[in-house]
Amino acid sequence: MISYKEVFENLKSKKEGALVCFIVIGDSDYETSLEIAKTLVNAGADILELGLPFSDPIADGPSIQAADVRALNNGMNTDKVFEYIKELRKFTDVPIGLLSYYNLIYQYGMQKFYEKGFITGVNSILVADMPIEESDSAVAHSEKNKIDTTFMISPITDNKRIKEITDKVTGFIYAVSRLGITGARQDLEKSTLNFIRRIRQFTNKPICVGFGISKPEHVRDVIKAGADGAIVGSAIVDLVAKNLGNKQRMLASISHYVRELKTTTRI
Amino acid sequence: MKSLGKFGDFGGIFVPETLMPALEELESAFLKLKNDKKFNSELNELLKKYAGRPTPLSFCENLSKKLGCKIYLKREDLLHTGAHKINNALGQALLAKYIGKKRLIAETGAGQHGVAVATAGAKLNFQTDVYMGAKDIERQKLNVLRMKLLGANVIPVTNGSKTLKDAINEALRDWTANVTDTHYLLGSVLGPHPYPSMIKFFQSIIGKEMKKQILESEGRFPDLIVACVGGGSNAIGIFNEFINDKHVKLVGVEAGGSGIKSGKHATRFNDKRLGRIGIIHGTKTFVLQDKYGQIHNTYSVAAGLDYCAVGPEHSILRQMKRVHYTYATDKEAIEAFKILSKEEGIIPALESAHAVAHVIKIAKTMKKDDIIVINLSGRGDKDLDQIEEIII
Repeated sequence: MISYKEVFENLKSKKEGALVCFIVIGDSDYETSLEIAKTLVNAGADILELGLPFSDPIADGPSIQAADVRALNNGMNTDKVFEYIKELRKFTDVPIGLLSYYNLIYQYGMQKFYEKGFITGVNSILVADMPIEESDSAVAHSEKNKIDTTFMISPITDNKRIKEITDKVTGFIYAVSRLGITGARQDLEKSTLNFIRRIRQFTNKPICVGFGISKPEHVRDVIKAGADGAIVGSAIVDLVAKNLGNKQRMLASISHYVRELKTTTRI
Repeated sequence: MKSLGKFGDFGGIFVPETLMPALEELESAFLKLKNDKKFNSELNELLKKYAGRPTPLSFCENLSKKLGCKIYLKREDLLHTGAHKINNALGQALLAKYIGKKRLIAETGAGQHGVAVATAGAKLNFQTDVYMGAKDIERQKLNVLRMKLLGANVIPVTNGSKTLKDAINEALRDWTANVTDTHYLLGSVLGPHPYPSMIKFFQSIIGKEMKKQILESEGRFPDLIVACVGGGSNAIGIFNEFINDKHVKLVGVEAGGSGIKSGKHATRFNDKRLGRIGIIHGTKTFVLQDKYGQIHNTYSVAAGLDYCAVGPEHSILRQMKRVHYTYATDKEAIEAFKILSKEEGIIPALESAHAVAHVIKIAKTMKKDDIIVINLSGRGDKDLDQIEEIII
């Protein structure tokens, strides 16, 4: 299993940004989502960001909520999530980040969750509804289990908080490129470019930009602006939703899309 | 943040980072304004001359005779818009005005909070958008019409269970995208800090008034205060003033729906299988959920009680054994609805009827001179369509 540090350093030496691909574990079912993850890696994803499906995902938009519903309806749960990671690890050693909501971790038992993460080969855990103020216990368990922390920074996070958040990050900084929830959009706001520069004042840690990144030119723009990676989520999840009846077409379209995105991470 | 808003181990701030600046701004405004003379006098004027405070404390002569103890109702049903929700709506809307927000958003279950926000929005000149579950829109048509007449935009929520929980999800998403000009006017003592403390501040007026009124009528405090508990703002509102008066028994009544065993209910405290400590909508409290933490769909005849979590302060009050939490089923609430209407000429909201139902159930354990105050949190006009269907 490769560390974030290795991935980002290696890409930097090749003058490339990281392509971070997000899907929901178990969407549309366990087997399909395992095949999707493998497809992402084969098509050039440098990092996988995998979501645990939650009934009430307040930080996510309609695409990802629908994916959560599909996964839950097909029986996904936290035990199966770790089985999935274990199985996926047989196939790839690219970094795997988990994205969860606090309640899922709390009900599983925080200690058990992070231990299972370590055992199965999880690189990082991002908790969508956990600001740094509530993160002491999660940070302690991360350290203990050699799991990296990832936190989000939004365009309206002030400089004092940016400093505090970047201090707590050991994996990469998840820069939210716009206000609002996840979901593909037509244009990437210009302010994103200044935003990356603002975070850079405080840290040399890797910054990946997510929320609303759906087109090759978005990826190119954020990498050019100095981000270490671009996170693509809803757009991939939409390809799952669009091709529910035809798995071959689903995998082919995802593969094609991700390959195209990956070419734009090379500056 | 000045505080994390903890009630023991409950409460807190479990939200995406995007919302933190807005919560910091809100906390700072609330801490400043709650002791601000101008703000408080402006709010008191609104409550008095617009909303109709103080509300009376009515002695129920017929019901008392029937049940064999002294029963009073704190008449929040007589407020403008028909429920206690207006206390909080006016308070928060005025606060939003002070911090320069242009738009209000809100979630609503029964529609009472939505109507209160639409009203406050009209009065204080906000653009108002109310998120409401599609299922609730169906069962609360009258309130939907009222909101529209008041100039609010009612946005149906078709995700998930299509009730209050999903309306809160959507409102939070909207707020995340529009925090700079929008205030999220949350309706109950729920959500991330500072909401539970702030809403308690705006609702505590219920208990403060009642304390004076019962001293005037009876020369002493009541033996028992009963309130229904959805999120629990009317209950906190009437309990808060009496928390330190240990001889006053406090009882919160949750929605028992079709009964605990059926799994179709909204009692977070009284179902040991589904009701456990968890984190939802920004706060740590008792939540109805499955083993893995997926939120359980709730059910109650009363839309305003039909919610998966209880306000975090209720969780600590229960842990401290200061408040006892029980439940009344749909059937008991409907029976109480009919009894109160017939005996006292007061048609209660189905939510408040749960509190009445509990009192009817336990009255025989009370002595003749014992005093019970029920918080009649709202009136039942909104429920007539539904009642008509059930009775016929």
